[in-house]
This record gives sequence, structure tokens and C-alpha cells, in this order.
Amino acid sequence: MAVNPDFVGRSYPSTEPYAVDAALIASFAAAVGAHDPVHTDAEAARAAGYVDVVAPPTMAVRFSQGAERAYVNDPEAGIDFTRVVHGEQRFVHHRPITAGDEVTGTTTVDAVRQAGGHAMITTRTEITTASGEALATSMSTIVVRGGED
Amino acid sequence: MAARRLTAVSVGDAIGPVTVPVTRATLAAYAQASGDENPIHQDEDFARSVGLPDVIAHGMWTLGASGSVVADWAGDAGRVVELGTRFTKPVVVPVGGSEIVVDGVVKAVDAGSGRVTVDVTTTCGGEKVLGRCVAVVRLD
Repeated sequence: MAVNPDFVGRSYPSTEPYAVDAALIASFAAAVGAHDPVHTDAEAARAAGYVDVVAPPTMAVRFSQGAERAYVNDPEAGIDFTRVVHGEQRFVHHRPITAGDEVTGTTTVDAVRQAGGHAMITTRTEITTASGEALATSMSTIVVRGGED
Repeated sequence: MAARRLTAVSVGDAIGPVTVPVTRATLAAYAQASGDENPIHQDEDFARSVGLPDVIAHGMWTLGASGSVVADWAGDAGRVVELGTRFTKPVVVPVGGSEIVVDGVVKAVDAGSGRVTVDVTTTCGGEKVLGRCVAVVRLD
């Protein structure tokens, strides 16, 4: 199976809005060793100028990878997920994700290239609220390792 | 905790080093919170069946934990406006657990925009596991 180069420029429909709550933020923060009280204490978050508890910056991956799944699982895209490793990831935050946000992601395929028998795929996911407010831009490169077959 | 003042930050300032432990329980909690349930991060037999030495941490866990160190230094996690890296080496997590060591250095301070660029170095067992890891925080 070869990764289909014709998918460059293709965008996928936005994911169903996901309601971020304080429990998700607290569990993500605990998992990545984030001890800032803005993740767990709504009063501390408000004192710092946020409407509610704030997600750690990499929690955006939940929504970027959720949106990328439509592409990765597209049978026409030719991606064997068992051969995928994460190569690069970058987030640019427009404002922090907070509890109460309804979050959705829209993925576009930016590049597909072959290097050393592997395929490198770069996608961009715009993470927004359901009403269209920009939250973060995710740029991800996955590597589909070449097979013997 | 209050955000660090921009005037208190200079190029060359050091962050850390901070040691962050990681166990199989950490990875199970991370899998659930992130939605990344790939078994290479939880199931030793599966990881070995695809040629890995043992369970490995999610690359995004490593980036997340590294980001937490920068956020603690900034004094307000909501001020981390950019974070990115290349995943260059896996963090192997044997049954007894492992740890990463995170440190950083301020590379640039833009007094006009308040943007502070931090180069982050994350190692496991003395080897770098992230390449070109850069965070940008916005301070007042």
C-alpha cells in the first residue's frame, strides 16, 4: 500500500464539537505533570484572567489527532496506521482552551513526500470553537514507515 | 502563581533542570486523557511484537511534560503560545518506570510583543529524545 500523493490540499469536514470540561483538563494536566493551579482551580484561573480552568498547551492534540483520524483512516489515502510514527508536532495557540469550550478541528493535508523509503505526511488542523473562534493551529508530521511488501 | 514579568527575563536565563518521572500508570492516564490508545504505549507484548524494545511513552507525553516545565517557569500555563518539536528518540518505559530531565534556556526576548523564545532540551538516560524543541511564552 502506498500513500496517495493526490491528497495534498484536501480538507476534511470539521469534527463534531467536543465539550471540554474541568475533569478532562485536570486529568490531562495530571498526566503531563502540569501543576499550575490554573488547570484545576477555577478561582485561580479567573484571577489570571481566564473564564475557567485552562488546558495545558498540548491538550490540543486530543482535537488535532481526532480531526486527523478522518484522513488517516480514509481508505483512499493509503495510510497503514500500524506503520505510523509521529515525526513532528507544533502548536500555535490563539487563546488557551478552557472548560466550557465546544471544540472542533478541521484537517488539511499540506504535504506528502517520500524520503528514504518512508512517506512523510504533514497536516494542519485548525482548532476552533463550534462558533468559529480560533483556538489553536496544529502542524503535525507523521512518518509511514516503508514495508518489505 | 503569577506570571513571570517580562522585565525579569533575559537571554541566557536557564530553566530547570527538572526531573519528571514516568511509569506505565502515567502512560495509561495519558492515553485516556489524550485519546491516543495505541497499544505500543501500554502493552509490552504488543510493543515487542512491532520491534520495539519495550513500552514507549507517547511522544506527545514527552512534549507535554516538557511544556509543563516551561509553563511552571512562566508562572501561567495559558501564556505558552507556541510549542513544537521533532520526536527523535523514544522514551522507553520498563515496568519499573523511567524519568526524563527537562531544561531550557531563553534564546530571545522581544520587548515589544512580550514573546520569549525558549530552547528546550529533554533527555532520557542522558540521551536527547526531542529535537529542536522550542516554546514561546508571552509575558507582560
